[in-house]
Amino acid sequence: MIEDPSQWLTVLIAVLGGAIRVGTPFLFVSLGECLTEKSGRINLGLEGNLIMGAMAGYGVAWITGSAWLGVLAAGATGVVLGFIHALLCQQARVNDIAVGIALMILGTGLAFFLGKPLIQPSAPHLPALHLGAWSDNPALRAALEINALFIVGVILAPAMAWFFRSSRWGLAIRTVGESDQAARAMGLNVNGVRMLATMAGGFLAGVGGAFLSLYYPGGWSEGLSSGQGLMAVALVIFARWDPMRCLYASLLFGGAGALGPSLQSVGVTWGYYLFNAAPYVLTLILMIAASSKKVRSGMPGTLAAR
Amino acid sequence: MDKEQNKTTDQNRRAALKGLAGLGLGTIAGGFGIGDAEAAKKVVMGFIYVGPRDDYGYNQAHFEGKSAIAKQSWIKAVDQENVPETIAVQKAMESMINLDGAQVIFPTSFGYFDPHILKIAPKYPNVMFLHCGGLYDASKHPKNVGSYFGYIDEAVYVSGIVAGHMSKTGKLGYIAAIPIPQVLRNINNFTMAARSVNPKITVQVVFTGGWSNPVKEAESANSLIDQGVDVLTCHVDSPKVVVETAEKRGVYSCGYHADQSKLAPKGFLTGAEWNWSKIYLDYATMIAKGAKIPNLIRGGFKEGLVKSSPYGKAVSAKARAHADKARAQFMKGGFVVYQGPIKDNTGREVIAKGKSYSQTDLWLESMDWLVEGVIGRTKG
Repeated sequence: MIEDPSQWLTVLIAVLGGAIRVGTPFLFVSLGECLTEKSGRINLGLEGNLIMGAMAGYGVAWITGSAWLGVLAAGATGVVLGFIHALLCQQARVNDIAVGIALMILGTGLAFFLGKPLIQPSAPHLPALHLGAWSDNPALRAALEINALFIVGVILAPAMAWFFRSSRWGLAIRTVGESDQAARAMGLNVNGVRMLATMAGGFLAGVGGAFLSLYYPGGWSEGLSSGQGLMAVALVIFARWDPMRCLYASLLFGGAGALGPSLQSVGVTWGYYLFNAAPYVLTLILMIAASSKKVRSGMPGTLAAR
Repeated sequence: MDKEQNKTTDQNRRAALKGLAGLGLGTIAGGFGIGDAEAAKKVVMGFIYVGPRDDYGYNQAHFEGKSAIAKQSWIKAVDQENVPETIAVQKAMESMINLDGAQVIFPTSFGYFDPHILKIAPKYPNVMFLHCGGLYDASKHPKNVGSYFGYIDEAVYVSGIVAGHMSKTGKLGYIAAIPIPQVLRNINNFTMAARSVNPKITVQVVFTGGWSNPVKEAESANSLIDQGVDVLTCHVDSPKVVVETAEKRGVYSCGYHADQSKLAPKGFLTGAEWNWSKIYLDYATMIAKGAKIPNLIRGGFKEGLVKSSPYGKAVSAKARAHADKARAQFMKGGFVVYQGPIKDNTGREVIAKGKSYSQTDLWLESMDWLVEGVIGRTKG
């Protein structure tokens, strides 16, 4: 057990650092999914986007020598996958969940196949901002080594909330998500709006993948995502389709992921299976909590009507 | 049903064609008095890996072994990567036997053995199935099945000595997948070696719960470094993330499975590696000579089954000398790591004074304790 109380502080710092490091891909995927679902479509395929984005981002960064070009390429890959999803879903009697699962498997398989030559090479990593330079605690300094993509994500969340609430386009997306008929009556192109929302959502998920391969943990390997994209989709439901809540939920999940390793490293040696499973346990608890009626209040109408 | 039948007919047809072709060649060769039987008698070996060939880890070590022997003109080595531990491996084995004519198959992953090898082996009594790991039991399993494995813990011991010399904080970190005997034995060897240099050293273990989980491995590395750990090593499928994270944070690292020195030019000390090329060549020679293949092969430094990665730049002369000495002792044979009295990390005496367990002792293969100096627990 822990004798020295200062070690609790270390765990806290590790969880904080983990929330930021591990939480960033969750943040991007969940914001992307939030955008897509607001338009009335579920894209389960974002796990595929995440992995394809990680692979493509790493490959392009390695070839061009620029990590930021890699991020762009990752986003572009996501856009393509989002386009395929939207195109298939707007055909008659096509189920978006099934298409999502198909695209998830396609994206994963394609990334493994194309990523073969990328396991060994070292691509340039994304730069980090040293926000902890004022502190002489090395743990805190490491925790506050923040990647620019995280900051982009943090700004993106309130921006997206504002976009939904107060912009014309945001209103269009919400209308399409609430009711096809109302949207058509307003003269909106329902399929067009959904296509754009799915492509933009795909872009964000792809960028999340680039964070994995180009920053943390860095490098391309086939176990890189291990289901993070799927968990992020589940987060959106918990976040009640609210971008700000997506941000909080992602941080919570990232912190939960860091709990297992950090407790063991300060000498709490019992229960590591339990602590390692913390993010999954959290998902289950959240899903149960989210199945109450109250939550459905945030749900886009077309999804609720299924 | 139809498909299955088609496949078998297809395979039979191929076999028949091959036979005809062989016959034809033989006749021609015989006719001209060349008698080139050797060309047709290449030793064909099949290798199956559970992950990618170039993972900087376990699979790469096997692939390097395969690549080394494939250079011999009298050996034909085929391989397949990313084969899951499911019926897929049975198909991979059968296709290597039926289409490539493999005489010996090396399914290298732990989970390939039961039920997959055990199911396929009886169907092909003329093919040898050699599994990498400790699951073979002569009393239960078919005669054409066998096992080979290396005492990599000897090389881990040598790494531990280097780590013990190089650590300034006296805190070492071990990132491990799950607490199975093989993993615990490596951790214990590493710890005892480091403590033979400095008895105050502790080794902090983090179990990630899986063989390949890059995010957790990176988190574990960061947490351990935050705790003041200044030498990291690991036992996971690919040490890439751990070694790279250590380098990024400016601490030392020891590798595992394959050579990771390229990933950390500043902080890489040494590492424990498999040396499969030797045993694969030995097997090929036995087959070529028609000798009987032993069902069980074990060995460490002395038998050439394991090796250490070349020392990194940072390693001091003193550490090198000490590690070289330990390796020489292993090479000579007879060096016993598990010599009593040894206490586990709960204070219980596991090996009494005067008692010792040598490398080949089977008792060591069921290890379920962590030695004094390790901070960690075998049961989560």
